[in-house]
Amino acid sequence: MASAVTPDGTPPVISVRDISKIYDLGSTRVHALRHVDLDIHRGELIAVMGPSGSGKSTLMNIIGCLDQASEGDYWLDGVNVSDMTEDELARVRNRKMGFVFQQFNLLPRTSALRQVQLPMIYSGGEDRESRAIEALKAVGLGDRLDHKPTELSGGQQQRVAVARALVNNPTLIMADEPTGALDTRSGQELLAIFQRLNAQGKTIVMVTHEYDVAMHCRRIVRFKDGRLVADESVEQPLDALEELAKLPHFADEEDELAPSIEEAIS
Amino acid sequence: MSVTQTRPAVEPSLAHSIDHMIAGPGMGIAEAVRVALEGLVANKLRSFLTMLGIIIGVSAVIVMVSLGQGVAKATQEQIEKLGTNVLTVRPDSQQQGGVNFGLGTMQTLKLADAETVLRSCPAVKAVSPEYGGRGTVKFQDQNTVTRVQGAGPDYFSIRNQPIAQGKGFTQDDMERKAKVVVLGDNVRQTLFGNIQAVGKYIKLNGQSFLVIGVVAPRGDSGWRSPDDQVTIPVTTAMVRVFGVDYLDTMSVQAKSPDQMTEAQDELVAALSRAHKLRPTDPPDVRVFNQADLTESATQQTNFLTMLLAGIALVSLIVGGIGIMNIMLVSVTERTREIGIRKAIGARRRDILYQFLIESTTLSLVGGLIGVALGIGVAVWMAVPSDRGGLGFPTLVSLPPIVVSFVFSAVVGVVFGVYPAVKASTLNPIEALRYE
Repeated sequence: MASAVTPDGTPPVISVRDISKIYDLGSTRVHALRHVDLDIHRGELIAVMGPSGSGKSTLMNIIGCLDQASEGDYWLDGVNVSDMTEDELARVRNRKMGFVFQQFNLLPRTSALRQVQLPMIYSGGEDRESRAIEALKAVGLGDRLDHKPTELSGGQQQRVAVARALVNNPTLIMADEPTGALDTRSGQELLAIFQRLNAQGKTIVMVTHEYDVAMHCRRIVRFKDGRLVADESVEQPLDALEELAKLPHFADEEDELAPSIEEAIS
Repeated sequence: MSVTQTRPAVEPSLAHSIDHMIAGPGMGIAEAVRVALEGLVANKLRSFLTMLGIIIGVSAVIVMVSLGQGVAKATQEQIEKLGTNVLTVRPDSQQQGGVNFGLGTMQTLKLADAETVLRSCPAVKAVSPEYGGRGTVKFQDQNTVTRVQGAGPDYFSIRNQPIAQGKGFTQDDMERKAKVVVLGDNVRQTLFGNIQAVGKYIKLNGQSFLVIGVVAPRGDSGWRSPDDQVTIPVTTAMVRVFGVDYLDTMSVQAKSPDQMTEAQDELVAALSRAHKLRPTDPPDVRVFNQADLTESATQQTNFLTMLLAGIALVSLIVGGIGIMNIMLVSVTERTREIGIRKAIGARRRDILYQFLIESTTLSLVGGLIGVALGIGVAVWMAVPSDRGGLGFPTLVSLPPIVVSFVFSAVVGVVFGVYPAVKASTLNPIEALRYE
């Protein structure tokens, strides 16, 4: 069963068909998702919005191969992953997914370089160190290789997480409230990095409840009560670099971050 | 610089199979070990405290077994010093109206019996008739109370007491009831100090005795140590010193260790005949076999060794439970880390191996340290107390080292399995949410 095909003939990166997720809590059955259809194409930057309990997190977990749907099918890169075993899913996450979480989720007491090498350790890839250094340079942390999470600011930690998400060259980057724990400037810097990566062809799905953040994407889908209720394009997405330029100038922050961020996104 | 410039994005060809999608070598064992070691190094103090249980357990096993085996060896040597292939014959206890007067109280064992045994028992090599008691010995103004042992000329060879100076007494001395004496080394030291003893006369219970020899010092202080006795011909002891006409003991040496039982049967039969006992009567002597003594001592020391090893093994198991305990805490504490690893692509077995390797490494390293510590302590204990040790007779041998080390490794794996399984089956979503 083939999924929908785009005008240029390539199938969507993600094709979700009639997916439902039901949690059986003994006496009651909770429908976290009800018959959701969603296609995401290569090179999209898409925001998923909705209040808590709307099912957006459940969908993200399913798309990220952390969880499986109760009903329906999910094609990732043309392969149906709905019936995969736990270990197969783990390897799909390893090769196809890059995760960026709200709380950064870096390993404690581990250097940035080692953090970024981690996905390659589980995939058994080669040139781990040089690839990890490239990824860290790409997010402007080429001079922070040996820093541990406690020695990095929140924005820097999140950029380490982005480097880690990038390093195995995934099909899809999943960002779950990536700016939620960051100050405005660090958040804008992160969005600038995402927009840059997207311009280079990366497909990025971002869960957020902040409209300002979602407006940086070209497409917004909204969830409510487990249903996809809106799927809209954004005519004029915000440009994070421009937003960044408008922010009040704090010398101390800029001294630390600006040179590297420019290196990263230019 | 950017990702795509340095690493051109490989446009994924349309993968149509799971195999194609997730093919790849996965995590190698070297990496798994490295990941586990990183976990341990990141928590040095906790890792060390976890190992402590194993360290103490392994070293305790080694020290305890070394001590047990050392005691066994010392006991063995002690027994061998009493003489080899030796049967000790004593008259049975005297019974009178249900009152037992104790072993050796019968006065049925005579000097002639020694002659009989030597003559009629082919398996017997030598016999020493004996009667002993306490007496006062005096040289000039030095005197001491000591054991006076009346014995036959073969006593010194049977009882493994080589003469260091002078000579022992002869059959001729026996027949003449000669007043000659062979001194134990402590007695010589007490009476003579640095003066040459052989050739001097001492007073034994008031009678003059010529010192003809000194027994080589044995250096122990056990019961009836030859260092603390004087030996005279048994005839002299019976007639001139104690005034009795019977023996209290006969030391009988078999021709070889194999012939101990044979010699025993022969001498019991010979003595029963000589004492004109009816065939239905029980023998009127008791025979103590050196081999029996050795065996029972070995049994006791083996039991001691097992007991000590058992106690030590318990501490090793407790050490293993300690590992499990800490690993379980560690799994809970690192739930989020496990979630991150799983999200990034760690499979169940990657997590399982990580925690198993951690616990196994802890127990192996702990085991190695424990082996070193155990050997060190056992060797130190054997150092004489005047040189800073304890002077315990320890004997370090390979089996307890190997057994305790292997056991510690097994403990690490066995007690690591449950926490590792627990870690590997965590749900990544819940683990990521764990605070």
